Amino acid sequence: MPEALYDIGSGMFVQRGSSRSRIALAGALSAGLVFGLSACADGGDSETSTPGTSLAAIDCSPYKAFGDIKGKEVTIYTGIVTPEDTPHKESYKPFEQCTGAVIKYEGDKAFETQVLIRAEAGNPPDLAFVPQPGLLQRLVATGKALPAPAEVAANVDKDFGADWKAYGTVDGKFYAAPLGANVKSLVWYSPKEFADNGYTEPTTLAELKALTDKMVAAGKKPWCAGINSGEATGWPMTDWMEDFMLRLSGPETYDKWVKHEIPFNGPEATAALDAVGAYLKNDAYVNGGLGDVKSIASTTFQDAGLPILEGTCSLHRQASFYAANFTKGTKVAKDGDVYAFYLPGQDATTKPVLGGGEFVVAFTDRPEVKAFQTYLSSSVWANAKAKVSSGWVSANKGLDIANLKNPIDELSAKILQDPKAQFRFDGSDMMPAAVGSNAFWKQSTAWITGQDTKTTLDKIESAWPK
Amino acid sequence: MFTTASTTPQKILQMFAAILLFAAVMGLILFIASRFTGKRDRAIAALYLLPTVLMLSVGLLYPGLRTIYQSFLDASLKSFVGFDNYTTILTDPEQLTVLRNTAFWVLLTPFVATGVGLVYAILVDKARMESFAKALIFLPMSISYVAAGVIWKFMYEFRPDQQNIQQIGLINQIIVWLGGKPQQLLIDSPLNTFLLIAVMIWIQAGFAMTVLSAAIKAIPDDIVEAARLDGVSPWGMFRFVTLPAIRPSVVVVLTTIAIGTLKVFDIVQTMTGGRFETSVIANEFYSQTFRSDNRGLGAALAVVLFVLVIPIVVYNIRQLRRSEA
Amino acid sequence: MTTAAPLTTTPLSKTEGKKLSAAAMAKKKLTSPWASLAAVIIAVVWTIPTVGLLISSFRPQDDIRRTGWWTFFTDPLVTFENYRTVLDPEKAGTNLPDSFLNSLVMTIPSVIIPLCLASLAAYAFAWMNFPGKNFLFIAIFALQIVPLQVTLLPLLQLFVAWDIDGTFWTVWLSHSTFALPLAIYLLHNFIKEVPSSLIEAARIDGAGHVSIFFRVLLPLLTPALAAFGIFQFLWVWNDLLVSLTFAGSPTISPLTVQLSNLTGTRGTAWYLLSAGAFVSIIVPVTVFLLLQRYFVRGLLAGSVKG
Repeated sequence: MPEALYDIGSGMFVQRGSSRSRIALAGALSAGLVFGLSACADGGDSETSTPGTSLAAIDCSPYKAFGDIKGKEVTIYTGIVTPEDTPHKESYKPFEQCTGAVIKYEGDKAFETQVLIRAEAGNPPDLAFVPQPGLLQRLVATGKALPAPAEVAANVDKDFGADWKAYGTVDGKFYAAPLGANVKSLVWYSPKEFADNGYTEPTTLAELKALTDKMVAAGKKPWCAGINSGEATGWPMTDWMEDFMLRLSGPETYDKWVKHEIPFNGPEATAALDAVGAYLKNDAYVNGGLGDVKSIASTTFQDAGLPILEGTCSLHRQASFYAANFTKGTKVAKDGDVYAFYLPGQDATTKPVLGGGEFVVAFTDRPEVKAFQTYLSSSVWANAKAKVSSGWVSANKGLDIANLKNPIDELSAKILQDPKAQFRFDGSDMMPAAVGSNAFWKQSTAWITGQDTKTTLDKIESAWPK
Repeated sequence: MFTTASTTPQKILQMFAAILLFAAVMGLILFIASRFTGKRDRAIAALYLLPTVLMLSVGLLYPGLRTIYQSFLDASLKSFVGFDNYTTILTDPEQLTVLRNTAFWVLLTPFVATGVGLVYAILVDKARMESFAKALIFLPMSISYVAAGVIWKFMYEFRPDQQNIQQIGLINQIIVWLGGKPQQLLIDSPLNTFLLIAVMIWIQAGFAMTVLSAAIKAIPDDIVEAARLDGVSPWGMFRFVTLPAIRPSVVVVLTTIAIGTLKVFDIVQTMTGGRFETSVIANEFYSQTFRSDNRGLGAALAVVLFVLVIPIVVYNIRQLRRSEA
Repeated sequence: MTTAAPLTTTPLSKTEGKKLSAAAMAKKKLTSPWASLAAVIIAVVWTIPTVGLLISSFRPQDDIRRTGWWTFFTDPLVTFENYRTVLDPEKAGTNLPDSFLNSLVMTIPSVIIPLCLASLAAYAFAWMNFPGKNFLFIAIFALQIVPLQVTLLPLLQLFVAWDIDGTFWTVWLSHSTFALPLAIYLLHNFIKEVPSSLIEAARIDGAGHVSIFFRVLLPLLTPALAAFGIFQFLWVWNDLLVSLTFAGSPTISPLTVQLSNLTGTRGTAWYLLSAGAFVSIIVPVTVFLLLQRYFVRGLLAGSVKG
């Protein structure tokens, strides 16, 4: 979650709720500009990413079945705030034109805590965009969330993989259709630096290590990292660990670990965290342009990859949404200032992918709500959304990659749609809140500031609700 | 008038409507009260206290009692666990750190803030541009905790000790000017807790200064004059005249700040998010209840907060009694 | 005639000149130059953090990130770009003028309502006799410590049941409630100090509680009311937690919520954080500076003798 100015609020902070998935959506204002600019530089058509462009009319027939919903209101509550909310609202227009229904959008940074309070108080919105399967379970547990209508289930069966449907399913009942998605297994780098030094994108973990050592030999501190994120401090470290868990022990073991069918502090997890430590707790490898190992804890995740632009850091593992954090005028492209490669697997044949996304859950079942839910789960919407946004992808198989304007989005979509890819959802988003949004973050933070691997994993294990 | 106001005139209209409605209720209470003649205190007191008691019962008392009840339940508030949550608070190393930090906060903030406020009040008393000098110290009080958090985070900002990289946080720049190495100030425990406490002191000193300065000015001149004629030394004057005279104000200031400090949430939340062993009870409560989904433990933390303030309340009441005697 | 500290003190008027205040006496022992120095040091330490951020808010984005704000004095480069970005609804995506109005609409009734209720209650506690008075008073005082967070869910449930969720009423009612314990406590301390002879005299004249309250007490109470009113104004204006829960929807959300959403997504974007922080504090600071006189007078009357 983005660092909260208040959260706090008093709150703060409220605060404030947070999740790494939300960061996906919480790009900087400059994001639009960056992509706008790079699109221009590419000679691309920048009009499509300009808010206000009217989307082409769509086929209205799927929504006729819901009856006349003209003038009816649908309220949406979400953690997606400025500036990412504009393309969202824009992408609803074809639906509004078709049906005459009005979509009321409310973005709130403290969404994750507030949505629970509202649901329990009996004051939920019609629809909420939930960024964590774990939070979805808690919402279902309040008894206020409703299972997805048949039309939505049909859309999801058609366009999404079974794994994505499973993330929106609680106790065998399908509640929430996937909305957006992001890819976390990415390493950002400077294409220019790679070209100048003859580096190539590694395709195995061994090659990644070799590349790192080569950079060290050239007198650099190759990696930069930062895990500070207000009350959510620590989440980028959990992503690192999950990525290595996936790679070293395979997706099946990863699933068991996430579901706590094997202990959190078992040999697999120890190996994964130690493998992360080989990079991040290694003074020769970190923290390029930012200080020593400890500075990983104090650097905000938003700032952590910026040294790549200054040439003081070469590699930064962070999700696709990080593109939004580069300063105005940075060209994000394979031939630009900065780009990313897939964090390789153990060998070139396996392709585990860590990622995240958000899901649409309904609290009411009025016809207009169902109709809009159906629209959001369709590939028609996914393509409409792609046309008006940058820094956004979906796991919807009906999404035409040609509609994505940003090179990183294209890369993400390709990774997501690669048949070899074994996608796994961010584990901490699926674990119980006491672990996934507390102990895991907290202990990873303690780990990077000096706590040993065993103590760290033992403490997280003991925080797991009995 | 009880619906959502969405346009500017609607909003303003609703605001005046609310004030008028409220004035009408007040008028009714006073009208009924005025019908009682003589000394029928009980009826009138009941009338005067009715709205207050109603609002407090619903808004504070009921949630408070509910929280006490919940503190004996498990994480999802489903089954009874006895004193387990309290045992956790008193034995778990992380919760103990929270208690330790809370103790630092509540012991340091009121006394240091009051001390600084008192010294400053004396120093600028009758000085040239006194009100300007006071305004400087008081300004932080009018800034929200969140904005204060931003201001101080900027002060503590760390930049690595590398060539071509300059510090942008003043504290680290001063360390560098003095020949030291820049420190990651908000990471190292327990130093970081004291740096957060400094923010609270920064905010509260102005409050202490304003109240105490007013108290000092209210000391009757003849007492001061008499003491002066008796040849009391300046220190003696402070110790035997000023301090006793402003004692009730000092109590008010200390307790108000202490209670505010126990509840401190935004500062920790904004500056460290409770990481690096800086969490305090109010913050931990929020984190356990809303982030960790551990409602029972969260409720128990709230109760501990409640218990901690009892001594403050008792002391205050005793002071009150004494001044009445 | 002047005091012994010519550097820092103003010449006293004729009447004041005859006597030295207790504080002036205490100050004398600190020998004036040192006293002045200490005062200046405290003042500087207290002011610098704010000034640093204020200066930064006028520096270009890259400069803030690369060099300390103190280099501004050797390399003064002023830009209003940060403020322009923060205040522009197009760029910032939030409508600050609208939320400014919301803040105002929320704050005014939230100050007036608890003040009136508290002065009635404080009067009852100070000048009436009824069973359980002390217990009730202590109980109300003790309620101050109930953390606001625990009240949010029960209150919201209630507001939903009353069908006033998502309106300003939620904020007015909750802020008024939360303010009562401290308001009653402070006003009680103040009212208690009104000489009982005044009250008795009025009673002998046949005045009831209502007319005593209005004719005798209210005029005396004005400074204390002003003081607490300012307190409450600052508290409500600066509040985030209550507004987040009850008034999160864009139509009625106040400045704090909007700014939190605006700045929170941007990490250490100091150029926006600094400008945003100053936009948010300008009103409370102005209010305080304008009303400082009343504030001091109210506290002088209220807590001093209490």
